Amino acid sequence: MTQAKAISLISGGLDSMLATKVVMDQGVHVEGINFFTGFCIEGHTHAIRSRGQKKPKRNNALWTAEQLGIKLHIVDVIDEYKDVLLNPKHGYGANLNPCQDCKTFMIRKALEWIEDNGFDFIITGEVVGQRPMSQRKDLMPVIARESGAGERLLRPLSAKNLPQTLAEREGWIKRDEMLGFNGRNRKPQMALAAQYGFKDYATPAGGCCFLTDEKYSKKVVDMWQHRSSRDYEFDDIMLLKVGRHIRPRPHFKMIIGREDGENKYMEGYRKQFISLYTTSHRGPLVLLDGKDISDEDIQLAGRIVARFGQGRDADSVTVQAQWPDGEAKDFTVSPMPAEEIIQDWYV
Amino acid sequence: MSLHELDARRLLCPMPVIRTQNKASTLAAGDQLVVTCTDPGALSDIPAWCRITGHKIISSTQQGNEIIITLEIGET
Ligand code: SF4
Repeated sequence: MTQAKAISLISGGLDSMLATKVVMDQGVHVEGINFFTGFCIEGHTHAIRSRGQKKPKRNNALWTAEQLGIKLHIVDVIDEYKDVLLNPKHGYGANLNPCQDCKTFMIRKALEWIEDNGFDFIITGEVVGQRPMSQRKDLMPVIARESGAGERLLRPLSAKNLPQTLAEREGWIKRDEMLGFNGRNRKPQMALAAQYGFKDYATPAGGCCFLTDEKYSKKVVDMWQHRSSRDYEFDDIMLLKVGRHIRPRPHFKMIIGREDGENKYMEGYRKQFISLYTTSHRGPLVLLDGKDISDEDIQLAGRIVARFGQGRDADSVTVQAQWPDGEAKDFTVSPMPAEEIIQDWYV
Repeated sequence: MSLHELDARRLLCPMPVIRTQNKASTLAAGDQLVVTCTDPGALSDIPAWCRITGHKIISSTQQGNEIIITLEIGET
């Protein structure tokens, strides 16, 4: 019999690592696939924030693949993912996380991949009843059906609780060797990890992406509300991860760097946005995101910028505004008193 | 053997790895690829990706804010 081949959705968390290992132990050739939606927690904020203090954060999907000794294919799905986020058929979770549609989308992409590469089935680390939204037992067949994967989808960690799939029928895996995990209790996973000798695995608290984060979701909604369309570019979603966001007027917001790493990262955007910084005192770099920004708006933003720099208590602070074409103008302002910065301005 | 270059500056991980992977898939075994990036995460991610995919890191240097990683494409 030729060796069966499976692709495993590797998120970087423990469940997908265990699910992969369970199937590898059955003699199946497994490779990993990881989808980058632009919202993944992996890397970014750590990369943006100042270097040096801690050792650089590893990419957990790569780390998992290396521990398992399998190949990993990382696929950029940023553009295609827009439709999942903007029009989720099954709606959102607690925040802007469209988990059910997201899972379905990723499994559909994995299905395309196995068809293109001559693989036999797909593995996920889903566990029945583990998360309220996408892992309910009654939703698991819906995801399998709507993704088109049908019985080519195997969830080894809960396979004993689920109907037979192709991998079992073809004899590529044995049902007895699969698991019957159920619910939110993580102890069985931890025990299995110990049995396999897996240590140091990632334990993300919320979900696998920024869309489960309340503050981040609010920033996305604010961006949509203040633009004529809900469309977004990759740069938009990256900038939502950086800095303090303050919207002093409906037509523009300020992105204020919180430390050197962020200021440095934002430097790269000065050809796209009007930027401000204080020249008389140390202070953050600020980008103005909006349309029809007037001189008056720039004066207002200058007073706020001064508030966030070391000249906050000075009588006057010099601010430089630079336009995307490189034209620059210096002006002097009095820093805005803290009490005038209205709480509602914070996005 | 031929030498190729990839500009992954200003991209944050995992984008430099994705670009490296996509470029590498168009190259032949023995070819060398010089990747320039600015995200320090690439210093651990690109070598990790090379280890699991069978490519070899030839050198990895830092010049100011830029990280230059040279790798050799392995047999797939
Ligand atoms: S947490 Fe994010 S990446 Fe994970 S399933 Fe939900 S929407 Fe998708």
